[in-house]
Amino acid sequence: MPKQRLVVIGNGMAGCRAIEEVLKRDPDRYAITVFGAEPRVNYNRIMLSPVLAGEKVFEDIVLNDAEWYRANGITLHCGRAVTALDPQSRTVIAEGGLAVGYDKLLLATGSDPIRLPLPGADAKGVVTFRDLHDVEAMVAASAEPGAGAVVIGGGLLGLEAAYGLSRRGMPATVVHLLDVLMERQLDPAASYLLQEALLQRGVKTEMGAQSDCVVTRDGHVSGLKLSDGRVLPCSLLVMAVGIRPNAALARAGGLTVNRGVVVDDAMVTSDPAILAVGECLEHRGQCYGLVAPIWDMCRAAADTLTDGAGSYQGSLLSTRLKVSGVDVFSAGRFAGGEDCQDIVYRDAGRGVYKRVVLQDGKLVGGVLFGDAADGGWYFDLMRSGVDVSDIRDTLIFGQSVTESLAGRDPNSAVAAMPDTQEICGCNGVSKGAIVTAIAEGGLTTLESVRAVTKASASCGSCTPLVEQTLKLCLGEGFQAQTGPKPVCACTHHGHAETRRRIVEEELKSILAVMQALEWTTPDGCPSCRPALNYYLLCAWPGEYSDDKQSRFTNERVHANIQKDGTYSVVPRMWGGLTTPNELRAIADVADKFAIPTVKVTGGQRIDLLGVKKDDLPAVWADLNAAGMVSGHAYGKALRTVKTCVGTDWCRFGTQDSTGLGVRLEKFMWGSWTPAKVKLGVSGCPRNCAEATCKDVGVICVDSGYEVHVGGAAGLHIQGTEVLGKVATETEALWTVVAVIQLYREEGWYLERIYKWMARVGLDSLKARVIDDLEGRRALYDRFAYSQRFSRIDPWAERVAGRASDEFHPLSRRLEFAPA
Amino acid sequence: MNAILVHRESFWTDVGTVTDIPRRGARRLPSPQGPVAVFRTGDGAIYALMDKCPHKQGPLSEGIVHGASVSCPLHGFVIDLATGEPTGADKGKGCTPTVPVRVVDGRILLALPCPPPADRLA
Repeated sequence: MPKQRLVVIGNGMAGCRAIEEVLKRDPDRYAITVFGAEPRVNYNRIMLSPVLAGEKVFEDIVLNDAEWYRANGITLHCGRAVTALDPQSRTVIAEGGLAVGYDKLLLATGSDPIRLPLPGADAKGVVTFRDLHDVEAMVAASAEPGAGAVVIGGGLLGLEAAYGLSRRGMPATVVHLLDVLMERQLDPAASYLLQEALLQRGVKTEMGAQSDCVVTRDGHVSGLKLSDGRVLPCSLLVMAVGIRPNAALARAGGLTVNRGVVVDDAMVTSDPAILAVGECLEHRGQCYGLVAPIWDMCRAAADTLTDGAGSYQGSLLSTRLKVSGVDVFSAGRFAGGEDCQDIVYRDAGRGVYKRVVLQDGKLVGGVLFGDAADGGWYFDLMRSGVDVSDIRDTLIFGQSVTESLAGRDPNSAVAAMPDTQEICGCNGVSKGAIVTAIAEGGLTTLESVRAVTKASASCGSCTPLVEQTLKLCLGEGFQAQTGPKPVCACTHHGHAETRRRIVEEELKSILAVMQALEWTTPDGCPSCRPALNYYLLCAWPGEYSDDKQSRFTNERVHANIQKDGTYSVVPRMWGGLTTPNELRAIADVADKFAIPTVKVTGGQRIDLLGVKKDDLPAVWADLNAAGMVSGHAYGKALRTVKTCVGTDWCRFGTQDSTGLGVRLEKFMWGSWTPAKVKLGVSGCPRNCAEATCKDVGVICVDSGYEVHVGGAAGLHIQGTEVLGKVATETEALWTVVAVIQLYREEGWYLERIYKWMARVGLDSLKARVIDDLEGRRALYDRFAYSQRFSRIDPWAERVAGRASDEFHPLSRRLEFAPA
Repeated sequence: MNAILVHRESFWTDVGTVTDIPRRGARRLPSPQGPVAVFRTGDGAIYALMDKCPHKQGPLSEGIVHGASVSCPLHGFVIDLATGEPTGADKGKGCTPTVPVRVVDGRILLALPCPPPADRLA
């Protein structure tokens, strides 16, 4: 029987693998002809990144050399693109007019890189990253003196391109439209780590950056202009924004094409004699750009071509990034979602972040950063769809831990462990080392084991195992202990530890803190996020940018939410003073916006209650116009400074208490604090401003000023204690500011001053604020520095349009639909 | 439990793009049945609920979004964005109706919680 003719269009990975699969099944069935547009034998395209990085050379990545084609009797037309396809006569026509007939045709035309249609994109030095030709162009460009690259696209390919160029000594910047790198594979936590790792390797990232146009000089690229007006200078611009299935030939030949050539599960196109594999096709609405699915497709296509029943069911995707020393793995529904549970593990010491996602007891996705050794194992668990409920407790620690502990209760598991087995992975402490330390040091507590061996002192995830080891050694003599109260259920670290490490380790973003302190959730909770946001704001004034989404609604919209979802607005009245003009403006606003309730507050201000959220910016604009600013009645911030009339009017007044109150408020307004802060200044010991139940109060006396601290008159009623007495008004201001700065730096989030004082002791405050004048000065200076970035009216900013989306509905389209 | 108001192909309404909503945030929009809250999680997933906590009708769109949950700004009920049900200690105390959402090419489509306009039926 004469051989059937199989023609393959595409001499790439998919085409050649499909041929291999066919030959494996039936080596004598077909006379095979291959057309390849590139003038080369088949090479491993996914290894182009290491070639670019100089870690491999072309010869290393050749998959099928000339000998392979010869040995298998395959006719190879290299560097010859097929220009036409005629399904009627079953003929393909190649460049130069060569016509070849087929019985079966396999399309493996791959995909084309997308070129952004930016103005100037046709300049020299603008390339894509797709084939060896591109790599050669990039390598040549990197050798030029003073070269620099910009890569558009923070996906897998873009990052590998930037890394490769940086390895060749060319500084590279990745410009990414979104705020998460490799957003189809990574969650924000892993993306943050990747950004840091890339930076260490000389690759900068510009996130949320939209490209505007290519800047050229003499026909050659000289930079990329962003839509915010910045120009990133470069001598090479790489576009790595994605691929598009190359289906032009199939479309011209009349085959059904959507995004790609449409195939069924047998990999057959709309013409029964024509099959397709690889990136050129679309299967069940899905196009693929990764290699693993392509291998599955090739097996199915080969089955179909050799009379089998090819059946491709689509592929679950997994990804690894090929950047040396950066281990990244992602698979499946890594971002969780409906009815999913996350298990998160972080090891700050090793820069590891792992997140696996479970649904109905099964593993459905995961992201691994820094240690991706178990990626394959997780991927197998996902594909097999087995129930992992019984290994859930150890799943996140990977295959070896899980299998060594399988089926044992944790106590017996520890008993059964050999002495050499590691219990604390972070610090490399074995069971034997812990047992020895307990015996030799007479240790009885978790803390002492931590102190001596460092076991469980880092991420704390092995704490149960260490406790069980203690129990094993001490029997009933061991009692589990509790350390400082954690910030929340996302962490085992307390507030003090968290604050200390933010400063010591120079952690400057919420994600940085969560990674370094090994948070156990991907993005925290309503307890820890506002706390971290405050701690960062306090530690890094002017550097840390406030995370609006980590603030309670009141602080996000600068007003107090009420039970019906409306807001209350309180303008600042400095020291409780107001003017007829301000009162008129308030009255006008109340009329104009039909504000139902106007009330005098306990803090000597006026509260407008029942304002609709969408009206807030307009209300503020009117109040601003009359010279009023936000009173921060909604915030963990400086609220009121209550005063009496002092020497101005009162026949008993000893000092200008109103003046001091106004001075304090004008200096301190806008500052954020762990919890709300209210001040009071009374002009004499009769204390009409009730200063002795404020967080910080001043009582004026003939000979000077008594500074009081730690009062409260809310849930808890407590009088102040005297911090100290000073002679001048300025010293009084310094002292008040210093004690509040100390509180700002040491207080735990939501801890009022009186609680903080009870915790650290009044004596400690006196020693640092009254006795240590240099210390007081330093505290004052730090507060003053921070105020440079805080004494800004949030209302005016919002009126000027900052984050104005907050006050507009997402859409009004549903509003007009009839009910 | 999980009250889906309407779910018919022809009712999908385009209400904006995914990036109109801040990550770990929400936006609200009016509808004849009352405000709808559309959420975007840290992972980029989009959910929509009627903008009322089952507890005291607090506006969920003003809450802090964490994981696939939102905490009500009034009394801190934690609502599962996928089901509209309170979680943790408040589990079982009512349920907020969910609104079906689809994301197509970065655009958010909501299934209108109302019948189609008369001209579309004709």
